[in-house]
Amino acid sequence: MNKARRNPVNMIAAHGILIAYTIIALFPVVVILINSFKTRRAIFREPLAVPDAESFSTIGYQTVFNQGDFFLYFQNSMIVTVASLFFVLLFGAMAAFALAEYRFKGNTLMGLYLALGIMIPIRIGTVAILEMMVATGLVNTLWALILVYTAQGLPLAVFILSEFMRTVSDDLKNAGRIDGLSEYTIFFRLVLPLVRPAMATVAVFNMIPIWNDLWFPLILAPAEATKTLTLGSQVFIGQFVTDWNAVLSALSMAILPVMVLYVIFSRQLIRGITSGAVK
Amino acid sequence: MKNARIRWHILVFLAPAVLVYTAIMIIPLFNTLRLSLYTEVGQERVFAGLENFRTLFGDPRWSASFWNALANNFWFFIIHMLVQNPIGILLAAILSHPSLRFATLYRTAIFVPTILSFVIVGFAWKLILSPIWGIAPEMMDAVGLGDFYQPWLGLEETSLTTLALISVWQFVGIPMMLIYAALLTIPDEILEAGECDGVTGLAAFWKIKLPLILPSIGIISILTFVGNFNAFDLIYAAQGALAGPNFSTDILGTFMYRTFFGFQLQLGDPHMGSAIASAMFAIILIGVCIYLFGIQTRMRRYQF
Repeated sequence: MNKARRNPVNMIAAHGILIAYTIIALFPVVVILINSFKTRRAIFREPLAVPDAESFSTIGYQTVFNQGDFFLYFQNSMIVTVASLFFVLLFGAMAAFALAEYRFKGNTLMGLYLALGIMIPIRIGTVAILEMMVATGLVNTLWALILVYTAQGLPLAVFILSEFMRTVSDDLKNAGRIDGLSEYTIFFRLVLPLVRPAMATVAVFNMIPIWNDLWFPLILAPAEATKTLTLGSQVFIGQFVTDWNAVLSALSMAILPVMVLYVIFSRQLIRGITSGAVK
Repeated sequence: MKNARIRWHILVFLAPAVLVYTAIMIIPLFNTLRLSLYTEVGQERVFAGLENFRTLFGDPRWSASFWNALANNFWFFIIHMLVQNPIGILLAAILSHPSLRFATLYRTAIFVPTILSFVIVGFAWKLILSPIWGIAPEMMDAVGLGDFYQPWLGLEETSLTTLALISVWQFVGIPMMLIYAALLTIPDEILEAGECDGVTGLAAFWKIKLPLILPSIGIISILTFVGNFNAFDLIYAAQGALAGPNFSTDILGTFMYRTFFGFQLQLGDPHMGSAIASAMFAIILIGVCIYLFGIQTRMRRYQF
């Protein structure tokens, strides 16, 4: 047995380091959240205190609700994220199936072509993407963002999903073929349900960067009607710099949705990362 | 004639992904590289060869900004390599200890900053470090370090390092998770064999575990490199497009944004922007090639 397992001093040191780092990781988030519920005076007088009956206030949230269109921003972010994930998963799984299942000329080459995008960030092409979106009239629409995030997510999705598709048993698919199922039915009815865990991994990997992205909303869809939550809070905070209540409340409201998603999906996310999907 | 039949379903399966990927990613990428060879005269786009690059590297006004951004970007990357990855490895090594309790709890908590947007991270730290609010100075006072407090984000000498450390704080969860995963795949037999030879504790980490997780450290390094060299959001959220104070936090991403999108009185110039994007592309490509051909092929992989 490992010596350290029996050594209580080492164990205490280990917990000490982890607790210290957990505090460092959570401290800023906690400070923002507790202060968003305090009066302006309490924010400055005792920034580290939890709000009590006297210092409790939701004035910041009122400003946010009156001044900023956070429901619209939230809705935009939702639409963009969900639609992008849908296309990444559907198109990614279809392409991954073609690459994993069939032998055809150029199979390996196609795989490499699609894998290029894993290492080359799509942002490098921003100038031409903007020109293209302007030319097609897609600028300041959510479609511009959905298309960009779909293209951005596809390479890794195809890569991960095709690895998983190779593990689906051939016998099952061949049994389907003997029963006269079309290739499409085999894909949608037999294979897709079996790779659902891998799809979840891909979805969770893509979700956070899409939701949090500032670059493309800023460049492709900065109009009031298409602002995402990330861009919306950036602009809002920029305008209300001196209104600390409003800034803290806006930050808290931006934290909330991701935290909810994280709590729901954290096991999936961590399992996805630790299952070696990124290797 | 069976072989000559076109298998339409393969095309149908591949087409959507290939079309979207090609149209939105590959074509714009090459178009951007192409645009860097053009310039605007009057209202027309004319071919200018390498003129933009000559301006970028030769014209002192441009080249000073470019080298400043590039040097800052390298410093940003070095801080990540020296701080983020060692902390990530340390946390992962502790977390992977088999009898550690609450490991899931720690892991989940330490990963929280990674899921937050740059806007939240940038502003939260800006508020905390701000001399107006006084959280940082007060806390430092409480431990007797009050004299060392400075408005780090506002000073030219310290703001870039501060931002890099904030970014490290945000992303330390990723190396931690990847190394943790790699450590879990090391079979117990190898560690037990080491124990029989008297290699335990720290020695086991340095002599057995570390060599085995080197490939993962390689992957983390290249991910960090690519991520850092197209970083933009944190600097923009915390310091604005001007990457203040006095451009001391300007990196390639913010420099490219200002150039092609324009800011305040300067008009956007898509051609110069493309030239900067091409330079970024070259830098990232060089980094990826060094990794793929120089590091990855020489690294020993162990199969269990």
